[in-house]
Amino acid sequence: MARIGVFICHCGHNIASTVNVEELVEFAKTLPEVVAAEHNLYSCSEEGLGSIRKSIEKNKLDRVVVAACTPRTHEPLFRKTVELAGINKYLFEFVNIREHVSWIHAKEPKSATEKAKKLVAMGVAKAALLEPQKEGESSVIPTAVVIGGGIAGITAAASLVAQRIDTHLVETESRLGGNLADIEVIGPQFLKSKQLLDELIMELKTSTKAHLHLSSRVTEVKGFVGNFEVTVDRAGKAGKIPAGAIIVATGAKEWTPNGEYGFGTVPGVITQQDLETRLAKGEKPKRVVFIQCVGSRQPGREYCSRVCCNASLKNALRILDAAPDAIVSILHRDIMSYGTASEHMYRRASERGVRFVRYGLDRPAKVSPSKSGAVVEVFDETLDEDIDMDADLVVLATPMVARDDSRELGKLLKVPLDKFGFFLEAHVKLRPVEFATDGVFICGSARWPSSVSECISQGKAAAAKAAIPIRKGKVVIEAITAQSDSDKCSACGNCVIACPYEAIEIVEADGKRYAKVNETLCKGCGTCVAACPNDAMQQRGFTTRQLGAMIDALVKNAMEETP
Amino acid sequence: MTDFRPTILAFCCNWCSYAGADLAGVSRLQMPPNVHIIRVMCSASVKPEYVLKALSQGIDGVLVLGCHIGDCHYMTGNHRTAKRMPLVQKVLKETGIDERRLKLDWVSAAEGEKFQKVIVDFVQEVQMLGPSPLREVRF
Repeated sequence: MARIGVFICHCGHNIASTVNVEELVEFAKTLPEVVAAEHNLYSCSEEGLGSIRKSIEKNKLDRVVVAACTPRTHEPLFRKTVELAGINKYLFEFVNIREHVSWIHAKEPKSATEKAKKLVAMGVAKAALLEPQKEGESSVIPTAVVIGGGIAGITAAASLVAQRIDTHLVETESRLGGNLADIEVIGPQFLKSKQLLDELIMELKTSTKAHLHLSSRVTEVKGFVGNFEVTVDRAGKAGKIPAGAIIVATGAKEWTPNGEYGFGTVPGVITQQDLETRLAKGEKPKRVVFIQCVGSRQPGREYCSRVCCNASLKNALRILDAAPDAIVSILHRDIMSYGTASEHMYRRASERGVRFVRYGLDRPAKVSPSKSGAVVEVFDETLDEDIDMDADLVVLATPMVARDDSRELGKLLKVPLDKFGFFLEAHVKLRPVEFATDGVFICGSARWPSSVSECISQGKAAAAKAAIPIRKGKVVIEAITAQSDSDKCSACGNCVIACPYEAIEIVEADGKRYAKVNETLCKGCGTCVAACPNDAMQQRGFTTRQLGAMIDALVKNAMEETP
Repeated sequence: MTDFRPTILAFCCNWCSYAGADLAGVSRLQMPPNVHIIRVMCSASVKPEYVLKALSQGIDGVLVLGCHIGDCHYMTGNHRTAKRMPLVQKVLKETGIDERRLKLDWVSAAEGEKFQKVIVDFVQEVQMLGPSPLREVRF
């Protein structure tokens, strides 16, 4: 008989406001082999973890079930906790009653509680059959690949190189620097971007640890953390780079308007990037109107691109620095100048006489050609009346959008993208700059439109994370690999064919032929388990008995309810 | 008909559909509370026996959700699921169980809304089919 302890998390109000936690605890106490059940305000807090450890000791628990959030973020923490209390970490089972219950059945507390009971019963049934496991280890190739040579990518690469890690930087363009190479000055400190880029690029060009692949593109990625093989193609010539970790830093691009506000028809209507180029050439425009949120924060592209307000504020100030008598207006829906330095830039722009005009999405500005350039008509929400202004330049602040090749790269790396095509990190707070896939990291605007300083900190963060497996020299293989029972195996070979990793072979021992799994090659997908007609193949942590017990627990608890 | 609250079992793969279910949760997308998820590493590890075990004991519907074809974390795992589950449906049909009680679909880690839609639609479909005829037949 197992001695199972069940811990139900309130997650503050997140779970407890929908699921009746006390009722769930009482229910858990009635389940077979459960000797203790309690609830915690936050199971993952120091206090919650402490009470789990105490209960393990007091009740001599040998299995732990936590019903809380998702194993995808919190399983490692709880596994570590039970391990500290002397229980093998594979004798832990996670039940998700937040993402899969309270958050999605918020208006049905009674049904939500009933569902949570069934899920806990299923978790307990599996826990009773869990077995202690020993993890394997595999070696790590001490090389990193950084995809993308913009500011995030070169920062990450320089940071890895500084740690004496061989780093391959793959860039599709023939030069490094990405979008930043086309921007002369970076706000809010008004730093010359060339100075920043030259320094980083020099570090890379002079280091024997850095290997630059310009005008190149990643065409294939194989393997897993510690043992990737990245194929890089340059003008039809492909080379393979073995690597332990991969950083994605492919950036984003400025959205090009589709004729909005006279773009392409009215002279002087340009994008922010066009303005950057003109200012870099020394142009001194006299009458400039910026229009913010062109193509963003509207149906179809709801997000705020975050960098465009600061870019307009910066360029407004640059225009006034070059020509103090210039007339600069910024038409906005909200000014997003987050951070103290940017907020200061906003205040300075106000003090210097930049006109801020708030407009609404329902009454956008109209731009038409005039004798001296363009005229912008807009309904000023603050004045509550229509105003018009003459402009030599109308600058459309468009959002950063995902690159067209992001989706293809996501497929190669088997990492997800959000609905706008930006890469989706594992967890914003718990696992920033990481993908759910081990050994692959993300930084910069490929993840979300980011300022230069954000790109730099994320680049450094991704490099620090990528260096962990490389510096350790080994990665732990989760004990979820498959094993075959030579007594049950009929050596039919179905599993050999099914395995995507060629990790299984038919061997002969003691006059018997049977399937044998190479556990360093096995990635724990369980495909062979379903292919096995004799129930001989089992995946550790997902055995047919364990999953069967979960199904039985659901049946038992569902059938007792009236349909 | 609408009083019938079906019990549904779902197998979700760790990398895509389970993460999609998590995203639906994080996005607070509301859906009927009939679906109970068993997390597996890959949809290709779902044995036909699991489906039969659940349905034969009166579970009203089984969902198998994997990564989209081409996106499988294990390269080609879901190709097998795509071939296997229609076969299981054939077996169900042969034995007199409505094959619509088993549904296979793909949900990526970024598709919280798709997950919600799959759940809402399947619960509705199973409601329409009515309680499993095997509910009363316990072995």
